Amino acid sequence: MSQQIIYLLPILIPIFLSILIKITWEVQQLRYPILFSGPILALLSVYKIQQNSEFFSFSINIFDIFPNIGISLGLEPISFIFIIMVNSLWLVATLYSYGYMRTNNEKRLGNFFSFFAIAIGCANGAALSSNLLTLFIFYELLTVSTYPLVTHKGDEQSKQSGRKYLLILLGTSLCFFLPAMGYVYFLSGNLDFVSGGLLTTTLSGMEVNNIAISILLALFIFGISKAAVMPFHSWLPAAMVAPTPVSALLHAVAVVKVGVFSIIKVLVYIFGLDILLGLFTVDLMIYICGFTIITTSIIALKQDNLKKLLAYSTISQLSYVVIAILILTPSAIIAASMHLVAHAVSKITLFFAAGAIYSSTGYTKISEMDGIGKKLKVVSIAFTLGAMSLVGIPLLVGFTSKWYIVQSSVEVGQWFILLIITTSTLLNIGYFTPIIYRFFFKHELGVGSFKALPWDISLSIIICCVLMVILFLQPNLVMEVISNVK
Amino acid sequence: MNEHAPALVAMLPIIGAVLIMLTRHNSLNWIIALLSGAGTTYYSIILYLHARSVGTISYSMGGWEPPVGIEYRIDELNSLLIALIAIVSFLILVYAKSSLCNELKKNKISTFYSMYLLCLGGLIGILSTGDAFNAFVFLEISSLATYVIISMGSDRRGLLAAYQYLIIGTIGATLYVIGVGLIFIITGSLNLYDISIKLGDIELYRPLLASLAFITVGIALKIALFPLHAWLPNAYAFAPSVGTAFLASTATKVAIYLLIKYLYLVYGFDLVYSNQIFIFVVLSLSIIAMFGASLIAIFQSNLKKLFAYSSVAQIGYITLGIGIANYNGLIGSTVHIINHSIIKAAIFLAIGCLVFSSKIVNIDQLAGLGKRMPMVALCITVSSLSLIGVPGTVGFISKWYLVLGSLEQGWWVVVFALAVSSILALIYVGRVIELIWFHAPVVGMDSENKIPFEMVAVTVLMTIATIYFGIDTRLTGDLAKIAVENVLLGEQL
Repeated sequence: MSQQIIYLLPILIPIFLSILIKITWEVQQLRYPILFSGPILALLSVYKIQQNSEFFSFSINIFDIFPNIGISLGLEPISFIFIIMVNSLWLVATLYSYGYMRTNNEKRLGNFFSFFAIAIGCANGAALSSNLLTLFIFYELLTVSTYPLVTHKGDEQSKQSGRKYLLILLGTSLCFFLPAMGYVYFLSGNLDFVSGGLLTTTLSGMEVNNIAISILLALFIFGISKAAVMPFHSWLPAAMVAPTPVSALLHAVAVVKVGVFSIIKVLVYIFGLDILLGLFTVDLMIYICGFTIITTSIIALKQDNLKKLLAYSTISQLSYVVIAILILTPSAIIAASMHLVAHAVSKITLFFAAGAIYSSTGYTKISEMDGIGKKLKVVSIAFTLGAMSLVGIPLLVGFTSKWYIVQSSVEVGQWFILLIITTSTLLNIGYFTPIIYRFFFKHELGVGSFKALPWDISLSIIICCVLMVILFLQPNLVMEVISNVK
Repeated sequence: MNEHAPALVAMLPIIGAVLIMLTRHNSLNWIIALLSGAGTTYYSIILYLHARSVGTISYSMGGWEPPVGIEYRIDELNSLLIALIAIVSFLILVYAKSSLCNELKKNKISTFYSMYLLCLGGLIGILSTGDAFNAFVFLEISSLATYVIISMGSDRRGLLAAYQYLIIGTIGATLYVIGVGLIFIITGSLNLYDISIKLGDIELYRPLLASLAFITVGIALKIALFPLHAWLPNAYAFAPSVGTAFLASTATKVAIYLLIKYLYLVYGFDLVYSNQIFIFVVLSLSIIAMFGASLIAIFQSNLKKLFAYSSVAQIGYITLGIGIANYNGLIGSTVHIINHSIIKAAIFLAIGCLVFSSKIVNIDQLAGLGKRMPMVALCITVSSLSLIGVPGTVGFISKWYLVLGSLEQGWWVVVFALAVSSILALIYVGRVIELIWFHAPVVGMDSENKIPFEMVAVTVLMTIATIYFGIDTRLTGDLAKIAVENVLLGEQL
């Protein structure tokens, strides 16, 4: 029993925390300790789980929903990396968002933080799930629980975006993900994540209907629309109406990363890489992801709203991860997971910077931001670093992951992927340089007043920058864990 | 007493109904209703446990041995549904008192309770009887009571709705009786079990099919299977709130069971499903119901009508499972009978709270409800989400079995239809949720009655049940599975 409770802790702690926040929000002195206790306790509990058991050693069946399948939780390398990433960034984001929400006088703070915590609980649940059903359930709950955050402002525009958000995310998962899951169950009589791939194991020796498996792959990739592969990407730019901390944590880390994480999990543990080799939809999906990467980068070039630009950049970076895993080699798994982490850290830095600029000056448009580098030094430098990391400049983690993707695509001779990555890198430079140029080399435009940034915003941005560098210097932190995937 | 439980579950409510009519006492009526509801619930649970332990129970009414006398056959499936209906209607009774005092004239309340119990007795009778004609009698008892319940709504359009249902319901009952007559001519028996045995060596295929058609259409009118659903939206919209909750969560479900009983236990799987046209008709009507009714629901402005159309769509899910007709499909149907009953009870009870506190009937009046009545708003939100089939709620469980069932048949079109209809559900539910949480309250809505504790409590309890049974399926999914295995597919498996 105690074993079960440990596995449940990373999910229960945030949920319990959200209730606690709701109850005690009026007591000013308690806010900081309560807000920070959440991420720290969650991290501790993950550490404890890892101490207690080897990867894959077992999974805990909490209860059955359908005969032989129910909620079951376990830890394997990819989920370990993912859950550590989510919770550490939650810690940083808590620091940031408290400062942000205070500076911008956002209302209903208590609500905000409590929904925030629930969303993290769902993400943790998705991370720990050891069968597809559990993953699906937490995936859907994450959609529902982030809806109030997206529509936090409560005006007409956020309502519209909220509509799009729910319709696309719930719609695709009910239309594609659910039937796909049903078909997996129909084929194999099971939904467990199996090392080596559930379908590979159960269908070995049997005649496999390649067309069915191909379609299944497409259903999964489109059904998990949190990964924002075109044409189901438009919820992400729409969701940018949310306050910046939400965009930062949820739409750079938790929500979208649950999407690509789920795709990685499905490909590695449900299909197994072997069964997918040579299927025509793999190539098709690579082309679609390639198309997504290039198109969204081009769209990003034309954006004037900084957060929208970041959103489009996110879409293209997510497709990087999907394209990486579609290379279907063990090194591709490492590359994909590495990029998942790299993009999370870099993008959260960029979002934090964008939010800090907004807090200080009220600017949301790039064209307004001339010359702010002189006043907001830390923020501008952090933005530059984040952008450099995404472009893939050495000394920052973005380089490492791009390097691995390039390496593994060259290994199998996927020249198309190489072409896509080079082109998109150029486009990345294309849309980030003008912004940085504006920051530092243009003269200030208006008579904008600069509010001083609170210490917690600056501190959290600096932490993110440091993380980017550390992960570049020590990529083994991620790689060694992932190399345990068989 | 326990050996008479099969008769008691149907008789207790009817006795209660008569007692209420006799006393017509304003403070006693609720207590009598509660007592007979509680008694029914108690015996229904005993009955279920008994059926689980010994299998099928045969009870001869008045000591007349079947097939001459009336036989009550209780198996794991109908006793499960009896228990469900008894429990749900008992809870609704607990809720009923304040709501009725608010919505009905004082002198009508006794009649309402009496009709409520009469209808309940009739419904349980349909479930438990093993006699074709007796089923008709109970069908009429429950229908007549239903007409009265509908006509008691405070809106005068309730009278029209009741009249509409009276006409359609009578046509349905007539068709049913014609079907039963045909069977009686063919087999010389009215005992369903006896008929099913005798049908085995009947050569007359055409009259048999004719009787099947009559009975199916007759019951389909009661089920409100698309396109025979015309009576339902008005009936639900203009009945008193308690009545709507009761009818939505029990009446149609019982009719569906009756259909399942005829298809599987009387005519038998082989006869019905060797007929491709039958499957085609059932499947396509179900799918049209899922789409059509959901589409209509999107454009409704009356809150009760919106969810009434959603009921028609959800009934489509249940009949879809009957059309899929394999193991998982049938589990899907059975479990959705239970789940939808819980969901709709929760929703209509919540709407009853709204009507109580501020006479809300139009969807626009929901604006800002999240601020005014957070608890009720939350209940509507959660139970609506389970209409879509969000995992973690009961709706997902049903949908999963239906998807599995259609995949087993290789019917991708059906899978797709299920998915798309969920999106339609998402749209009409989304409209409600948006209004509740994101609109500023309408001015001039503050003259609100405080909602009594027991009304909120029952609503919340039902809502919690929609989540609880979405996670712990031992009482719904597993029992439905056992029922399908032992009763419906006993021979096939």
